[in-house]
Amino acid sequence: MPRFILTVNGKEQSVSVAPDTPLLWVLRDDLGLTGTKYSCGRGLCGTCTIHLDGEPTRSCMTTIEYAEDQEITTIEGLSQDGLHPVQKAWIAEDVPQCGYCQSGQIMTAAALLRENSMPTDSDIDVAMKMNLCRCGTYQRIRKAIHRAAEEMRRG
Amino acid sequence: MAEQTTISRRDFIKVSSAAGAGLVIGFYLPAKNRLLAAGIESQKSFEPNVWIAINTDNSVTLTVGRSEMGQGVRTSLPMIIADEMDLDWSQVQVSQAPAHPDRYGSQSTGSSRSVRTLWTPLRKAGATAREMLLEAASRQWMVNKSECYTENGAVIHSKSERKLAYGDLTTSAAKLPVPPKVSLKSAEEFTIIGKNIPRTDTPQKVDGTATFAMDIEIPGMVHATVVRCPIFGGKLKSFDSRKAMQIDGVLDVFEIEEGLAVVAESTWNSFEGRKAVDIIWDEGATGDLDSSKIDEMLISRSKKKGAVGRKAGNAKRALSESAKIIDAVYEAPFQAHATMEPMCCVADVRNDMCKIWAPTQLPQRAQKDAAKITGLPIEKVELNVTFLGGGFGRRSFNDFVSDAVEISKRITKPVKLLWAREDDMQHDYYRPVSRHILKGGLNEHGDVTALTHRVVAPSIIFSSYVTFPVPFREKLDKVALEGAKNVAYNIPNILVDYKMANTAIPVGWWRSVYDSQNAFATECFIDELATAAEKDPFEFRLELLSNSPRDAGVLHLAAEESGWNTKPPIGRYRGISCHASFGSYVAQVAEVSVENDDLRVHRVVCAIDCGQVVNPSIVKAQMESGIVYGLSATLKGEITIERGRVAQSNFHDFPLLRIDETPEIEVYLVNSSEPPTGVGEPGLPPIAPAVANAVFAASGKRIRRLPIRMGDLPGA
Repeated sequence: MPRFILTVNGKEQSVSVAPDTPLLWVLRDDLGLTGTKYSCGRGLCGTCTIHLDGEPTRSCMTTIEYAEDQEITTIEGLSQDGLHPVQKAWIAEDVPQCGYCQSGQIMTAAALLRENSMPTDSDIDVAMKMNLCRCGTYQRIRKAIHRAAEEMRRG
Repeated sequence: MAEQTTISRRDFIKVSSAAGAGLVIGFYLPAKNRLLAAGIESQKSFEPNVWIAINTDNSVTLTVGRSEMGQGVRTSLPMIIADEMDLDWSQVQVSQAPAHPDRYGSQSTGSSRSVRTLWTPLRKAGATAREMLLEAASRQWMVNKSECYTENGAVIHSKSERKLAYGDLTTSAAKLPVPPKVSLKSAEEFTIIGKNIPRTDTPQKVDGTATFAMDIEIPGMVHATVVRCPIFGGKLKSFDSRKAMQIDGVLDVFEIEEGLAVVAESTWNSFEGRKAVDIIWDEGATGDLDSSKIDEMLISRSKKKGAVGRKAGNAKRALSESAKIIDAVYEAPFQAHATMEPMCCVADVRNDMCKIWAPTQLPQRAQKDAAKITGLPIEKVELNVTFLGGGFGRRSFNDFVSDAVEISKRITKPVKLLWAREDDMQHDYYRPVSRHILKGGLNEHGDVTALTHRVVAPSIIFSSYVTFPVPFREKLDKVALEGAKNVAYNIPNILVDYKMANTAIPVGWWRSVYDSQNAFATECFIDELATAAEKDPFEFRLELLSNSPRDAGVLHLAAEESGWNTKPPIGRYRGISCHASFGSYVAQVAEVSVENDDLRVHRVVCAIDCGQVVNPSIVKAQMESGIVYGLSATLKGEITIERGRVAQSNFHDFPLLRIDETPEIEVYLVNSSEPPTGVGEPGLPPIAPAVANAVFAASGKRIRRLPIRMGDLPGA
């Protein structure tokens, strides 16, 4: 089995798996980073979203081989203390219900705010529309993104 | 709708499992307390009952006996206890009860009933603890109890201003007898109930640390997935696992009760192995079943008389004497639950014990099933309830728990079982397909004189619980008439009947259950009657609700807040509906635009009367949630059957509502101190008819089938 050196949340990790193994399963089963969830396995729902070199990426559709040379950030590494402005806004707006899709929602929202410090509702729609939430927390997600944007602008 | 007269679906489960009886008894049998008093057991914390443990560090652990699936029970239930105990909310720690046959009463989570059924018992539990702490402090001070009061987790002596924190009273309170009677607060005295207390589970759900069953890791654990027969009623004929076994990491492939298990070193290996197994299925008698045959069966059944669920006056005669008769047929399809977390479970079966981590809505049943599969006594089956990545009724069926237990028993290793999304979608217990035949009669003044509604649908109870004793009269499944038989409208002649139409497709409790289809049919048809009577749909309903103040109340509130009597923005049209379910009253106004074949729902105004509100933010969240869930079934996916199989497999062909399709939702709560009623489900039933009625306002075209398809719109 080939060995891969990954940079996950700033730390180098080594794993031996088949080259076409999706990053999602390496994170969860090999590295114990279970904050990233599985839901559709086909890039349809956004639940497994992580950052690859800062870009929101579906880890269920990304092979380990492809991810090897890139900086991987998961929900566990989004902030030192779990209080990235997006996470703080999520708490302030009481966003999660079952919570299962929220890691993916937060990772997508954090990537949006890095590119766009003052997103409009339609910017949010475009960035977030591939992230499904069966509990229907969308309205609070929208509010929380506006709140996080404001906090980030204030610095 | 009077709660006590309603036989709810999960009351049925309660009766069958006989688990419900434990609650009250469990409450007032503080066995540990008596042991402590007798000096047999020494313990530092004070545990007046199963829900409360006051620790010497002054923290208080409150136990939640229902499953957290997003509806907020890990916050709302502790709030009820904490208020009666006069706790400082920051003292509160929440713990999830494991399954136990009777210690926590019924742990069945569903029917929107956690708060409504535990409201009084939990308040009594809190008040009992408070009373004992008060007694302990007054004895210690040697003062009269009436000179003391409780506040923020402490007992205070008014005159001397002396103060003892609850944590300092644990030893002395534990020695006291449990008071036989306690008084409860009046609504004005609440300090926690009614407040927007932030959910206790939010911090862990935003930093990735919340533990779902899928996140459990135990030493020596392997991974597994299952392959179920794609044809309902079919079974495994033969399989060849040679190719699968050649895949790295695949450890074993074997037959289980419901198909095949593929065991591997990682989840991915098990998924890869699953794809490589060659299987021949015995299609059984269902291999040629499809949706059109099911529709034909429903049509033919709908022509026969059903079992009567409600009869007032003589509807048949009143119809024949009406000045105007309106009739219509409504249809709703099968729906999948599609929880974001597919079915999963961790099980570790040993010779002498079994440990399970399960996201289940029915923990006691799962524990019982596991005892049966393993042959272990029930006290050797430890079942931990994890967070549920969505429930909506799906996880009231424990097929996935049984799978995991069966696999672990066979391989004698701990196993993490995960279903692939495709298996989850194709092996659900679906919301039943249904057909509704409605007739209404109007007199010359436009008053409704008669209403008949025949519901034709598979029965969940008669098809999914065949092994249970059935407490209903043959063929009358009252649950299937929920939301149809209990229409609140004051109509002199009503006949509601049910024609059973079972199929091989497994059916189950889908959020709000039959209320979802029955409200769609009833509330759209009432709109048709309003049109025939040439009356405003809001005024028309209000007139018919003159004897139903709570229904009328929410209808009025929703209309007012939506600006019903004002003109909507250009190009937008409004539809209204109201429906009571699970003890609560909800009305909604949907504002839509229809341009060519593009239907958009822009705004939904929702009013709910659920009695005393425990946590306004959570109630609003549940309304938002029910509306979005209901909009998916109104505008997006449906489950269809082809060759005995579910035709859909993932979110590309079973789409869910997305953020860009989500309307602005405003929720208004009726201020009430009536006992609390359900909120998890009641927000859902009114949304489909509100949208369909708005489409009619926009286009003059009636929507009588869900989900709304482009071909149903005027521009198509």
